[in-house]
Amino acid sequence: MIVGFVGALAVLLMFVASKLLAPKRHSILKNTPYECGIPASPYQWSQIQIRYYVFAILFVIFDVEAVFLFPWALVFLSAPPAVFYEMLIFIAILLFGLAYAWRKGVLQWR
Amino acid sequence: MILADIIYLFLKASLLLSFILVVVLVLTLAERKALARIQQRKGPNRVGFKGFLQPFADALKLLTKEDILPSSANKRIFWIAPLAVFLPGFLIWVTIPMAQEVVLSNLDMGLFYITAISVLSVMGLLMAGWGSANKWAMIGGLRAAGQLISYEIPFIMAILSIAILAQSFNLKEIVDDQGTWPFALKQPLGLFIFLTAGLAELGRTPFDIHHAESEVVGGPFVEYSGAHWSVFYLAEYMNTFTVAVLTVILFLGGWQSPAMPFTGTLQMIVSLIWFLSKTTLVIWLIFWIRGTYPRLRIDQLMSFGWKILVPASFINIFLTASVLYYGLGEWVITIISLLLILATFYFIRRGSLSKTKQDTVRVIRADDIRAQLSSGAEG
Repeated sequence: MIVGFVGALAVLLMFVASKLLAPKRHSILKNTPYECGIPASPYQWSQIQIRYYVFAILFVIFDVEAVFLFPWALVFLSAPPAVFYEMLIFIAILLFGLAYAWRKGVLQWR
Repeated sequence: MILADIIYLFLKASLLLSFILVVVLVLTLAERKALARIQQRKGPNRVGFKGFLQPFADALKLLTKEDILPSSANKRIFWIAPLAVFLPGFLIWVTIPMAQEVVLSNLDMGLFYITAISVLSVMGLLMAGWGSANKWAMIGGLRAAGQLISYEIPFIMAILSIAILAQSFNLKEIVDDQGTWPFALKQPLGLFIFLTAGLAELGRTPFDIHHAESEVVGGPFVEYSGAHWSVFYLAEYMNTFTVAVLTVILFLGGWQSPAMPFTGTLQMIVSLIWFLSKTTLVIWLIFWIRGTYPRLRIDQLMSFGWKILVPASFINIFLTASVLYYGLGEWVITIISLLLILATFYFIRRGSLSKTKQDTVRVIRADDIRAQLSSGAEG
């Protein structure tokens, strides 16, 4: 908490310092969004392609799995054997899912 | 009492922050010098003695530069994004030990904490991309999100296999566990995965598609200037240092040295020096990779992450857990791991040769053109 506070304070100090030090000469042209030399179009947020969403879903699946794996990593040596084998089956199911996604061509960036 | 504690912690955190800031200043100069040497240039050599004051000049220049707010930007998100990138990177440092006693607070769930916090900076990059209201920034931010979350999985899995080996999430215990053999010898595949995924998490050059100048002209940072821009780069160099430090702690034995004749404060200082010199080696490796390799294309990057690194990291976990569970010697992991590295390189090589037909970019070979021309000439 306090460390985060210190970090935030330092960054904010930097912003304030720059606000005090830096010159401010705004103009309409300078404030337009950067585009390759042509006038920027009024609507700036372009469409988001669906492929990012697919990767995000895959990430969520594996990240949740990681949350399960973390406690398992510490206890499986002393726990009954079923714990070890169950996690292997769990990983195998997930890898099967990954293989399915691969086969379906989701992993290929198009 | 409690107030005194808070003030004490505040001072320690400030000390940590100033240490990191100094490291970042040194790193910016070191990177420019290293890259210059790789490209047979001299690098910055005007400011101060042989250019050693260059980072201070840069910092002053950035602070006194105008901070532009684009007229169509989402103002609050735009201003807060650098902070959202910087803070998670800094918060990781709470639990990273630099030597036996040099640590802010050694958490028992240290590794878990690191994996949980480090993924938060994706949010900041997305905010920067969205807040700028610029097409390049938006595409760059999305690319950053896609890349960072893809490589987060092998990153976590490599960390996890270390946790399985050490049977602990406590970074200090992990280092103590490497007293005789560093984990790099038991986990060569893990080290490879960790460094590669770590580089991708940093967005350093072989994996910097989200702020590639020639594709998305700086990505999420395109609208930023002055102090806000410098905070992004502060975060980037700080994260470089973090990944190097984590590599040293998890794989290269941290502050463990072959022989330690000293005790007390002297021991602490010597082990700190030992630790920092290992870190310097890893950082030099990262700069070297940046100076040597060209940038990957985005489809190569994604398929490399999902088709090679993710399965490899799962195999690594499976291997480590099984060897430990069946009580085989740990040298078994080393040997199989080395074989797996060879297999990985084989798959990388094969993939790069055979995948050209399915690529996003249309590839026209000289032979095809010749065939077309000759058939046209005949017909």
